[in-house]
Parts: sequence; structure tokens; C-alpha cells
Amino acid sequence: MAGKTTNRSDGGKVRRVIVVGGGLAGLMTVIKLCEARVPVDLISLVPVKRSHSVCAQGGINASVNTKGEGDSPQIHLEETAYGGDFLANQPPVKGMAEAAPGIVFMLDRMGVPFNRTPEGLLDFRRFGGTLFHRTAYAGATTGQQLLYALDEQVRRYELQDVTDEHGLTIPGEKMVRKFEFWDFLEAVLDDNGTCVGCIAQDLKTMEIRQFQGDAVVLATGGLGIVFGRSTMSVICTGTAAASVYRQGAVYANGEFIQVHPTAIPGADKLRLISESARGEGGRVWVPKDATDSRQPKDIPDKERDYFLERMYPGYGNLVPRDIASRAIFKTCFHENRGVFNGKTGRNEHEVYLDLTHKDEKFLRTRLSGILEIYEKFAGVDPYKNPMKVFPAVHYSMGGLWVDFERDSRGSLRVGSPRNHATNIPGLYAVGEAEYQYHGANRLGANSLLSCIYGGIVTGPAVASYQKSLSKSAFDLPKSIFDKAENKCREDYERILKQNRDNAKAENPYVMHQELGEMMLRDCTIERDNATLDKVLEKISEFDERVQNVSCADQSQRVNQNAQFIRHLENMLALSRVIAEGAKQRDESRGAHYKPAFPRRNDAEWLRTTLARHGGVGKVEFIREFDYACAGQKVHVTDAIDTTLVTPRERKYEQAGAASAAATGKK
Amino acid sequence: MAKENENKGPGRRVHLRIKRQDGPELPESKRWEEFKVPYLPQMNVISALQQIQKEPQTSDGKSVAPVVWESACLEEVCGACTMVINGRVRQACSALVDKLAPNGEPIVIEPMTKFPIVRDLVVDRGRMFEDMKRVHAWIDIDGTHDLGPGPRESAEQQEERYPLSRCMTCGCCLEACPQYGPGSDFVGAFAVNLVRLYNLHPSGALHKTARLESVMDEGGVQDCGKSQNCVEVCPKEIPLVDSIASVSRDATKHLLFGWLLK
Repeated sequence: MAGKTTNRSDGGKVRRVIVVGGGLAGLMTVIKLCEARVPVDLISLVPVKRSHSVCAQGGINASVNTKGEGDSPQIHLEETAYGGDFLANQPPVKGMAEAAPGIVFMLDRMGVPFNRTPEGLLDFRRFGGTLFHRTAYAGATTGQQLLYALDEQVRRYELQDVTDEHGLTIPGEKMVRKFEFWDFLEAVLDDNGTCVGCIAQDLKTMEIRQFQGDAVVLATGGLGIVFGRSTMSVICTGTAAASVYRQGAVYANGEFIQVHPTAIPGADKLRLISESARGEGGRVWVPKDATDSRQPKDIPDKERDYFLERMYPGYGNLVPRDIASRAIFKTCFHENRGVFNGKTGRNEHEVYLDLTHKDEKFLRTRLSGILEIYEKFAGVDPYKNPMKVFPAVHYSMGGLWVDFERDSRGSLRVGSPRNHATNIPGLYAVGEAEYQYHGANRLGANSLLSCIYGGIVTGPAVASYQKSLSKSAFDLPKSIFDKAENKCREDYERILKQNRDNAKAENPYVMHQELGEMMLRDCTIERDNATLDKVLEKISEFDERVQNVSCADQSQRVNQNAQFIRHLENMLALSRVIAEGAKQRDESRGAHYKPAFPRRNDAEWLRTTLARHGGVGKVEFIREFDYACAGQKVHVTDAIDTTLVTPRERKYEQAGAASAAATGKK
Repeated sequence: MAKENENKGPGRRVHLRIKRQDGPELPESKRWEEFKVPYLPQMNVISALQQIQKEPQTSDGKSVAPVVWESACLEEVCGACTMVINGRVRQACSALVDKLAPNGEPIVIEPMTKFPIVRDLVVDRGRMFEDMKRVHAWIDIDGTHDLGPGPRESAEQQEERYPLSRCMTCGCCLEACPQYGPGSDFVGAFAVNLVRLYNLHPSGALHKTARLESVMDEGGVQDCGKSQNCVEVCPKEIPLVDSIASVSRDATKHLLFGWLLK
């Protein structure tokens, strides 16, 4: 620990690192960095308390085994690997599963109001892809409660002084400086291609400025807005990830997009009804008679088709999300058995999600958050009537490629600067923005866990990366930063000015709607190569058309129009990664399903899709590459580390298929 | 004929009346603009505003910059899209057009008034986050390293704490409060509620005094005028009046007997 200070640069400036994004992953990273005494600049698109993590409902997985079921981190690992159809590298998953109980205890100590058992212990409920009660929860707004807990801890660091190596306060410097309502524009790369900071824009004053940082961590979340309407917040455009992808960061498994089985359709958004509704006993059904126009309450039990229970007796309503979504899609699209609407004379794309057989008080203590959303937005009382739901885009398993270092036990070596490093030295990614923990399909309640575990790992990784630097970003010539800043400023000017006089100029919001409708229709539950060819053609058209977009707002204050044009350009880059990846992968695995190739093909496709930007309209798929991390050359291939859980066929028809231990037979 | 169809039926248009301002330094730009946007099923105020982005034109045909507003989750859990709609402060996402204007009545949309204006419907609620520092709104954990489970808690107490913890810092309670505003130090109901929340937690209670004292000075809980507007407008139905009463009681006790314990 002795020796040269990592706290201040040779020039005497406080050496900070930058975290972009204030959701669970970003905030946890900040806390870990502060504990390692690394000061942070935290940049966020919105006040961090309003980040998309707030939307997570059902809970967080940890095999604490308080129900005496014999659950363990090993089983959590097995079921996560199996649920993800073996596409995830297993050491990070093992690390996550092992850390999970400690993470939930830490959150408990932070004051998260988790539901309790009569003995005053944490309560756990069931979620998809497992037979164990493994999910800790705070009503049905768990993400909100977790986010608030981390936000509060970070606020403490906003008040804490930075001290030097002798423990003396450095005047005017706080451990965390928050920049809220700032949009990440791009990473600043030095002449060696090392990330030494970023450029961001204040969304109130539209000021563009440089941030120096010994490292930059992107915790910028998912990309659901590429699909127009989804369960995601409007801020989840994936713009930051797209931006660094365009700067050379490798993007992994982009084609794996999770479609959640149960959401409420809406004009602006598809609002999620958490899997916990099924975890607490909710049942999915359609009338056996497809023309049955009775009220659902009037349809007797024997005239209902509980199709998930019929098709998958082992896991029933709690099969993983990709499987449940496909079953609903099949029922509504291929069999035309969605709920019959007497008014339109049509079978709508809707199925029932039914909780009416459960006691109202029980539901209120566990699910009020989501049932309230249904009541407010659908205008129907879900305690008395089955809800009408349909699948919606929900999560991106893919994301920026990040590294990990395996320890001798096959877990993650915490503290290694390789963990969560992208292939751009000094640039890290964590949370939904990266690809690492979920393989081809994420299990419910694993996302909050992967965000927080990711932060716990990324903090120390960045701290040791910073220690390894021979020269601080704060000692580099200012010209490097000025150049990047000027480039971003010119680009912003371009967006403001382009096509002002063009009579045929296009509206970015209209174009986004078109893009979203196409991506939703052709790139989600079922994929077909001929259709994907058309999608790619269309994306090329969009690439042309986006140049004709004009900005209807010329103001230098809260110019959301200009900001959206930038995000749209970035969304186009990501839609191509998604569509090209889907086109390439001629198999079915997890959330990626091609009816023409209905089986998983491990011989050819048990590998990570690695995409690199090859200029506008071009994605290069690579099988291997080298990158440098903290002075060490690392060779990366697309092979997957499956040494901990041997790949086998994924089937949920039988109980215990995901882990034999669950049935007590092992 | 065309006029009739405008308010009802499939070709219906939604009538919005929006208070706009270009920036804090431009009070003279304050104005009302009217928009008529295409109706969509299950439409809320957010999707009505989104329609303006797609066709930024007032109802008398003038091209304008699209209206700006703050939003994120669109399911009333993040608190971002708070504004004053038909005179009532609320989130725009859960403000459904069919309920607000069943017969095509104009929907009047204004920014919140208790916070500095930034532009159009965007205001700066930064003060709320600052006041969370003032009232010590956190649990003082020793660190995030493994220290085992937290204190045990009864289900009853969890059921008391959880509703208090759903405050999304939206500012509705402050907008509706006669005592809160730019000229007043009063921290408002949301902050007092947080004092109660953290003081209820077993380890939070170890710093109960610091929290109570933070709301015993000027701008503290005694500045509440008991209008009870806060609880009326809270979208999460947080029992804010109970929280104020409870913190008030504890503060009085601390004032009277606190020195005995020292």
C-alpha cells in the first residue's frame, strides 16, 4: 500500500475516475471506489434516484436457504447457467452466486425494507427457472428500494472530504461529485487508444465539457428504446454503449434480447407485471374455447387452458421468460387463441394473468406495487379480475464485451484489473450495459444481483487499474481533451444546423417510431433469415435517412430534440448489431429463436458473438482479439468457459431439470 | 362536421393547453400554447406530449420547438414527470387522457411553481436532494464488506416502514404545501417523512438525535402549517401527516427531556 500516491497527480490534481450512470451498478461501483479511497465523478442522464433500476419489481436472488429447502450458491450457479442456455462464462456466474447472500445482507443493513418472516428474518419467494424460494423482495418495488439504499450511501460520500496519503483533507474536494442531467457523448482516448476521460453535455445549459479520469466506467443500462415501446424507461436508448462501440469497443451477444412474458400494453410504454405475480401463485390462461366471450370470472376452471402448466408441468407458470414468452406468442399468433374481444370480434394479443384465487391481504403485502400499476393504467381491479397481459421487450443480455480473471476455484479473482474491463484500456462496463452474467436468457431477479455484484467487482478492478498506471490522465496534455471536446461540439452544431432548409427534412421521433415498430416485429420472439435480410436493408435505409433529419428546436437550453437525434443515430448502430447477430446465429438458444433452426447447436454456436464496428453500415464479427490491461497483454477468444456446469439440453417439462437437487433426488 | 369528429370517435384529437417558458433568464417568454394531437388508445399525458414531438405545431398551425419535460420510468415509480395538470400536481404518466378529458375538454399543463423553472415543464428540484443531506437520510453502515445480516425486524414494522420508503422525491407534497417555497426554509413533508423512516430502523435509530435536531431548527417540522395538503396529493399515499405528527412528538420529547439523557 505504501509508495507513490494514487490520490493526486504529479501536477497536484486529485486523481478521479469517472462513473457514468447512477443505477444500481453505477452506484455500487461508486461506493466500492470510495471505500478504496478513489474519488469519483458520477455522471448521470437523470438524477440518480430516477434511474431505470427503480423499475425492477420482483426481487433479488440469493440462496440464503432460510426455508430449509437445501438451496445453495452451487445450485444458484447451475440454474443460472442452465437458464441462460450455457452461453455465459461460468466463473463470473459462480462469483455472483457465491456473493449473493452477503449482498442481500448488506442491503438489509442499509435499511432496505425487505419483507419478513414471522421470526423477523428475510422472506424469500419463488421466481422463474428454479423450484427454490430464493428471491428476497421489498413488496413489488424491490428495485426502487435497492436504488434508494445505494443512493443514500453515495450521498454520504458527497459530503466526505478527499484526504491525501497522510490523512489530511484536501480543501474543496469531496469523494463524490455528481453531475446529474448530463449526457455521455464519448470516451476520450489518448494516442495509444487508452481511455483517459470522457466528454459529456449538460442537458440543462447544453454546455459540452471534458472530464479527465484515470478510468471511465459505463454503467449506462440497457437499450429497450431501440424497440420503440418496451418495459424500459425512456432514457434506456443504449446511447453510451453505442458511442464507445463506434469508438472501437467490442459488443457481445447483441442478438440476445429478453422478451418478458407479462406486460400491460400502453400507448407510450409496455408496463411490466413482474414475474413475482407468478412466483406468488399467479396463473396464466386463455379460455379453451377461443370464441368464449364471457367475462373471465364467469369461465369455470375446467374451461380454462392453463397452457404453461399443461406444456411445462415441472415448472409451470415459472418457466424461464424466453420459454413463457414463446408459449404466449404461439397461443396468440399461431393458434389465434388470445382473449376474445366481443366488441372487435377478434382474438386479441392478450392472455390472462390471474391472481384472483389468492387472498387480498396476502397480495397487498407482497404485490401491491404492481397491482397498483395495473389498476392505474388499465383501469381494472386486479384483485377481483384477471389481468390482461402480453410479452414485451425487457432486457438485453448482450452488451459491451468485458473481461474477467478466473481464480483457482473457478470463481472471479476479485481485485483483478481485468474484471469488467472492455477491450479499450481504461474503459470499464457494468450492469445491463455489459454482457457477462446471463448468457442467452436471464433468470428473473438475477439482474439486480448482477448489477450490484458487478459494482462490487468493478470498484476494486478500477482501483487496481488506477494503481497500475505510470502516468495519470490528469498529467496528460490538455490538447487531447480539447480535441475530443471540439469534435463533440462540432457534432452537436451539425445536429442543430443540418437540414434546416431542407423541405423534405425528416422528424427524428417519427423515424424512431418506424425503427421501433420494425425491430419489435422482426427482431424479437421469432427470427427468420429472409425477414432479417429485409430488416438489415431497412436499417441501411435508415442510415441514409437519418442524415435528412432536422432539429425543430434551436434553443441552447434543455434541447431534448437535439439530444434525441444523437441517441437515434446511436440506436441505429445498435439495431444493426442486434439484427446482424441474429442473422448470423443459425440456431436457437435462450431468447434467440429461429423456427428454421429450432435446436441449439453447441458444435458451431457455443460461443460468444463478438461484434466490432466497421464504419457506418458495417459490423465485423470476430473470433478473437488481443487487448492490453494494466500493462498485461490479454488474448481473448469467443470460446465459453463451461468448466463448472457441463452443457446439456435445456428442458423445463420435468421438475428438477435445471438442478436435480431441487427434487431432493440427488 | 369536422369539428364534431375532433372531440369524439376514432379521428379524435386531444386538446392541450401548455404553459411555456424558454429559460429562467427569459421571463418575458412565458406564454400559453395550444396543441391538438391525434388520440391514441390508453393515452396518457406523456403520449400526448410525445405526439407534439412528432408534429411540433400549435393548433393555429405555427411551427414551434417541441415542448420539453422531464420523464423516465413512465409507470409512476421514478417521480420525474411531475407537473401541474388541470390545476393538480401529479405525474404525467399516470394522468390518463380518457379520465381528464372524456369529451375532448382541453387539458391544461403547467410546470411546478415551487422550484426554479428551467424550461417549459422542466423545473430544478435539486433542493430536495440537498435537503436529504440536511436530515441525515441514510443508515450509517460501517462499510459494504461482509458483516452478516442486518437487525431482525417484525413483519409489522416492515409494513410500517415500507410505505414510507416509497417516496420518489417527486415534490408533489411541496408543490401543494402553503409553507414551502423559494422564500422559505421549510424542508417540507417529504423530508420529515424520511426522518421518521430512518428513525424507525433499528440501526437508523442510533442516529435518531442527529435527524431530530436537523428538523428542530428554522425550516424544521414546527414550520408545518397543518394544512394537510401534502397527504392529499401524495401519489404513493404515504401517511405524511402521521409522519409529521410523529416526528413533531419525538422532537418535542427530545427538546424537553433530551438533555437528561446526555
